[in-house]
Amino acid sequence: MDSRKYILEAIAKNQPTPTPLPDISAIAVVNYDVVDKFKTILEGIGGQVIEIKDSEDVIAYVKANFSEGQRVISTVSELTSVAETDWQTQDPHTLENVELNILEAKMGVAENAALWLTEPQLGQRVAPFITQNLAVILDKNNLVATMHHAYERIADAEYGFGLFLAGPSKTADIEQSLVLGAHGSRSMTVFLRST
Amino acid sequence: MNHAELAENFIKDGERTTWHDETLWFVRKKRDLAAFQIPEWEALREAASQIKHNGLSHMHEYLIAFEEKATANGIKVHWAMDALEHNQIVHRILKENSIAEIIKSKSMLTEECHLNEYLIENGVDVVDTDLGERIVQLREEKPSHIVLPAIHLKKEDVGETFHQHLGTEKGNKDPQYLTEAARQHLREKFVSRKAALTGVNFAVAETGEFVVCTNEGNADMGAHLADVHIACMGFEKIIPERKHLGVFLRLLARSATGQPITTYSSHFKKPRPGQQMHIVIVDNGRSQQLGREDFRNSLKCIRCGACMNTCPVYRRSGGHSYHSAVAGPIGSILAPNLDMRKNADLPFASTLCGSCSNVCPVKIDIHDQLYKWRQVLVKEGHVPFGKKVAMRAMTFTLSHPGVFKTAGKMGRKMMGLAPFTVSNGLNPWYKQREMPAPPKESFREWFSKNRNGQ
Repeated sequence: MDSRKYILEAIAKNQPTPTPLPDISAIAVVNYDVVDKFKTILEGIGGQVIEIKDSEDVIAYVKANFSEGQRVISTVSELTSVAETDWQTQDPHTLENVELNILEAKMGVAENAALWLTEPQLGQRVAPFITQNLAVILDKNNLVATMHHAYERIADAEYGFGLFLAGPSKTADIEQSLVLGAHGSRSMTVFLRST
Repeated sequence: MNHAELAENFIKDGERTTWHDETLWFVRKKRDLAAFQIPEWEALREAASQIKHNGLSHMHEYLIAFEEKATANGIKVHWAMDALEHNQIVHRILKENSIAEIIKSKSMLTEECHLNEYLIENGVDVVDTDLGERIVQLREEKPSHIVLPAIHLKKEDVGETFHQHLGTEKGNKDPQYLTEAARQHLREKFVSRKAALTGVNFAVAETGEFVVCTNEGNADMGAHLADVHIACMGFEKIIPERKHLGVFLRLLARSATGQPITTYSSHFKKPRPGQQMHIVIVDNGRSQQLGREDFRNSLKCIRCGACMNTCPVYRRSGGHSYHSAVAGPIGSILAPNLDMRKNADLPFASTLCGSCSNVCPVKIDIHDQLYKWRQVLVKEGHVPFGKKVAMRAMTFTLSHPGVFKTAGKMGRKMMGLAPFTVSNGLNPWYKQREMPAPPKESFREWFSKNRNGQ
């Protein structure tokens, strides 16, 4: 029997009388400053915020915190002095030894500190996961208040893979004890850029 | 064994029962803290419920739209009528690609379908990659909670399991150390396995994309490194439009663990170049549930687990006592649809306190449905004879005031004169409890003495 046909017929027969969709355009209540909120939430979920003026500050941070032998990659072309920027077409498995990955997000959400990233910013889909440490540059004026605002901005954008990323990888599967660095990045830094 | 018998086994260790109870209540409190920070929380729940209802009422057209978009995006869509067909499809895809080892992130659907057992029988090696699921897999157990699969275990248990299977130090039970051991062990799997299976949290009819939410990053580590990505979903995961993700992603993690959002909310729209991406859409009784007016709302569930964390019965009986892939209140209204006879005990594993309905982010009337299932189950003859007779006797007594009066008097006398008639092993209410002292008089007697003629 054709399962597709069978399932769709059973559903057509059994689905309830049509009901309309609710209007969610004005559902969000925003009673906070987006920058303050973003910082508080990100720190609350185990990330750190560093305010910067330009990419020079990022370069200084990398030099101060990572040594020569550690592999650093980035999709940000201004960071060539401290990071590889030509890894996007390599086999994704070769990223296994990456110590730090620095990306740039075009949008951040204040209410949950999530950053929106699609393939042009990711370089490779696995890149923000496989790296030991992750850092993301974000312009302050690219912060929106809630997820509703975020999807309004995403609208009908085309992408193959899109990601909301909030903080470092974590688990509490052993007795509810929070441990950072389950399978993805152990740390998550946001460079918040004033513009 | 039924729920009561399995629960009895669970509560033998009093200290552990208390720990389990308190730990889940702690998660429930985190949910409250997160929810109270959102002034529009109730409006969000209402919107989510209405969007899901719209989804159920347009399921036929949304599924067709989803299939069309996903196919245009380069994803191969499969349809499975039941668990077996689902398992066969997954196995066939693996065979076609000559793959005998897979990694898997959390999917309650595959638990429901017993996919792991099926694949292992057919010579496929399956490694669960969610930490909690890996722990229970190594112990040859089942997840006891849909969000916290190993919540029934203490760190000593995990330490011992990892010592046996992953070679960690004997006696080391430090969660940080054990998590690091699992990270190293599973990294090796992530980089070497050719196929990854994931669940689906939401599938968008408008765009043909699907969203997978994890905190660990295991679904993504698997999917983005593998040549073949298979995503399995019950058809009720469909939501109408992309913007509706905003509503659900705001509710899901806050309801589940009190986090503002999961670490990763991955939107899979197209396979990456050279990769195969498959979606298996499963019915397995769902279309039947859709036709049951009293119970169709259960299909709105987004699998946050809030109803379990708040449930006084779940917290004190443990997930395994529900002998079903999805435990707790929501599991108890889903399971009888799949097998009424086997799961007839589950709707009775509740106090009907209603807390589950109050925390549900999509406003499923869980406790009402538990109550309604009881009536269906009694009518269909799936309730033990003893319970049926007792209920009939109760109905008779309560609808005949004279009988009620006499029975009450006799009961009080018996409890006073011969307490062993109720305080014995045959009375289930006597287990783990002292019976109360019988009152000297009934309310009716007190009333006629004190208020007579007024």
